[in-house]
Amino acid sequence: MARMKFLVDAERCIECNGCVTACKNENEVPWGVNRRRVVTINDGVVGAEKSISVACMHCSDAPCMAVCPVDCFYRTDDGVVLHDKDLCIGCGYCFYACPFGAPQFPQAGAFGLRGKMDKCTFCAGGPEPDRSEAEFKKYGRNRLAEGKLPACAEMCSTKALLGGDGDVIADIYRERVVRRGKGSEVWGWGTAYGPGKPGARPPAGAKS
Amino acid sequence: MRKIAAALLASAVALGFAGCGEGEQVVVYKQGKYQGKPDTRPWDNEPLAMGPKWSKGDKASWETQIKQRNLAQHEDRRIYHQ
Repeated sequence: MARMKFLVDAERCIECNGCVTACKNENEVPWGVNRRRVVTINDGVVGAEKSISVACMHCSDAPCMAVCPVDCFYRTDDGVVLHDKDLCIGCGYCFYACPFGAPQFPQAGAFGLRGKMDKCTFCAGGPEPDRSEAEFKKYGRNRLAEGKLPACAEMCSTKALLGGDGDVIADIYRERVVRRGKGSEVWGWGTAYGPGKPGARPPAGAKS
Repeated sequence: MRKIAAALLASAVALGFAGCGEGEQVVVYKQGKYQGKPDTRPWDNEPLAMGPKWSKGDKASWETQIKQRNLAQHEDRRIYHQ
């Protein structure tokens, strides 16, 4: 059974914010709400700067689910943590519980009134008819119901952000790490594109 | 006159009590139970005309095609077929 997860390769992320833009565009996320964002650690420190793209990690034992006073969270068969906005009271408990700062609250009205929680849905919509207008307005696009993966992962230019079945993406990451090795070779071209040099021809018999 | 007054009073009382008939608006809390609307599953949808294909309602076929899509994120395999 597929268990949907995100995996970010800090060696590959170039902080382009393509994932953030893809998410905003795909789901028409309102101003002030960031379902996904890129975090940089050791900013400016040569050789130690790393960036990672963070959103809801769709935890297997999600703390947001545990603390929600109205039980508006649920987990789908493929392991995606979603919530019902009709039930959410915007209390913010999930925001305090989440270690990733994933739950977002739109500022509705002139007095900074906190709206209902909004978060990454793994592009899986919510509890409205799949691919309906109501689902899109409340939760964004349901790409899983279209047989696709989250827009952020599919749009990532360096494929630093992987999204999909946890076992499959873990295998991809493991193969990459084994191939690229460690030390100086993890920097630059080899990190992003494998062992070849810029302009190098693919191995004989390979298709482009 | 008295009858009209009595009728008005009765209707006022009835209207007043009507306010007490308000339904429960608070979600009944049950530990660990999702309280919202049920959701459908992705494989229960008809595939789009211009998109990935699977058999409606067949979880295995949906998972197979999503795995293929997943592997497209592996550029070594996608480009060099290694």
